[in-house]
Amino acid sequence: MTALLEVEDLRVAYGKIEAVKGISFSVEAGQVVALIGTNGAGKTTTLRTLSGLIKPTSGKITFDGQSLSSIPAHKVVSLGLAHSPEGRHIFPRLSIEENLQLGAFLRKDKDGIEQDIQKAYDLFPILGERRKQAAGTLSGGEQQMLAMGRALMSRPKLLMLDEPSMGLSPIMMQKIMETIATLKSEGMTILLIEQNAQAALSLADYGYVLEVGTMKLSGTGRDLLVNDDVRKTYLGEE
Amino acid sequence: MHELPQQLANGLALGALYGLIAIGYTMVYGIVQLINFAHGEIFMIGGFGALTTYTALPSGTSLLVAIPLMIVGGAIASVAVATAAERFAYRPLRNAPRLAPLITAIGLSIALQQLVWQFYPDAKKAVSFPEIPGEAFEITSNLSIQRSDAFVLILAPLCMLALGLFVSKSRSGRAMQATAQDPDTAKLMGINTDRIIVMAFAIGAAFAAVAAVAYGVDKGQINFEMGFILGLKAFTAAVLGGIGNIYGAMVGGVVLGIAESLSIAYIEDIPGMQQLGGGAWSNVWAFVLLILVLLVRPQGLLGERVADRA
Repeated sequence: MTALLEVEDLRVAYGKIEAVKGISFSVEAGQVVALIGTNGAGKTTTLRTLSGLIKPTSGKITFDGQSLSSIPAHKVVSLGLAHSPEGRHIFPRLSIEENLQLGAFLRKDKDGIEQDIQKAYDLFPILGERRKQAAGTLSGGEQQMLAMGRALMSRPKLLMLDEPSMGLSPIMMQKIMETIATLKSEGMTILLIEQNAQAALSLADYGYVLEVGTMKLSGTGRDLLVNDDVRKTYLGEE
Repeated sequence: MHELPQQLANGLALGALYGLIAIGYTMVYGIVQLINFAHGEIFMIGGFGALTTYTALPSGTSLLVAIPLMIVGGAIASVAVATAAERFAYRPLRNAPRLAPLITAIGLSIALQQLVWQFYPDAKKAVSFPEIPGEAFEITSNLSIQRSDAFVLILAPLCMLALGLFVSKSRSGRAMQATAQDPDTAKLMGINTDRIIVMAFAIGAAFAAVAAVAYGVDKGQINFEMGFILGLKAFTAAVLGGIGNIYGAMVGGVVLGIAESLSIAYIEDIPGMQQLGGGAWSNVWAFVLLILVLLVRPQGLLGERVADRA
């Protein structure tokens, strides 16, 4: 069986600087896969390339049996690939509900969209309470919830989350991780970038460690958690 | 002060005209952060498109029929030129340093003026434009409204209302707001941002065509240079109101129009300022107002700073 997402020898450059230097990885349907690595490792670049926001210099991306190489960014979501970007990037002057509706921009089933908005409010009750409020007035954690809820609104086959816990309080971070666990238990396929390697690897079925644009290590989440290199570099243990 | 209501009405009509043109600056700026300095010429092209339509109509066509057709014809011309400019002049420079599209806009502005001057029949001087016949409406003893002023005073609010509904209620309008606030993320939602940008140029151009017809029926003539100073004033109105904000464009236009009208009427009555009043100085006072407002509110009257916690 082929994986839902298959990345082969992907290279991405900003001008002359190569940020991703030939990485390969895959995500099977139903898995949570974590990409970990320090700042500048190329994690966000990889996700933005998958979404079509950056064009790769070479390499193959196959999603759900289809090549993504020549698909413009605005068509990627219709294939079932949703991206919750780093820094959340909610639409600050639109309301929470309007943000969620934009997540379903390409869907035509009004009733289904209504139901999914309700599901997002069930998942994150605070969003339901503030549905008419401008999204820019939400706290960081609430914005993160909105960004995740918005990404789910396209009913994706694969959900990509870029640093969902960045800059959040420990309580909020835990809440977000619990939500990812809930989504996993519901069968959602997730590609997760996390600076909190401990939390990410505990959740992940499989993990990849990126270092300055190259794939350094990979293994099951459990194996990586006990790997000496990973423990030293990413879990802050001697 | 007996003529104050009249001055306010004149200012309002002038301001509505500025506002209609200012929409084009503000929408394009709001989405691609480009000051489209060729927008004054888009307005001028709208006028010539309308005039061409009028010339093509059988003589004796009632203005009630002709004017709507002229607006349509003017809009077709202005939208065609504006979207072509976007596609061929601005889009290739989307990721270039900001100065490049700005210089392109200025070049395009000159080129469009010269093209009309060179190729439109008799356009080397002002060409006559149909006027709305009939007496002014006498509202009170000290207030009468010219028919051409009534025309713009009715059309401008209607256009604004339609635009406001479109932006806030329609799917494309929502996509437009999303693109203005965060273009990359808008793409992640499945929004074709290139199409939204074309739409912003087109709406601005159509509004400019409405303004051009309003201008033509008021002055009874149009010329290839008319977009320069009016474009500059409308740009001032957009900045005054808060560039990027569509309601700000209208508010800025009205404030500017009324200020100009009052400066023409009253500044010369202020002791010691006789030399600085009248029509000759109205542009000066318009820009003085702009500077004063920007000193106090750099973001413009309705420009806002929403807390974007990142």
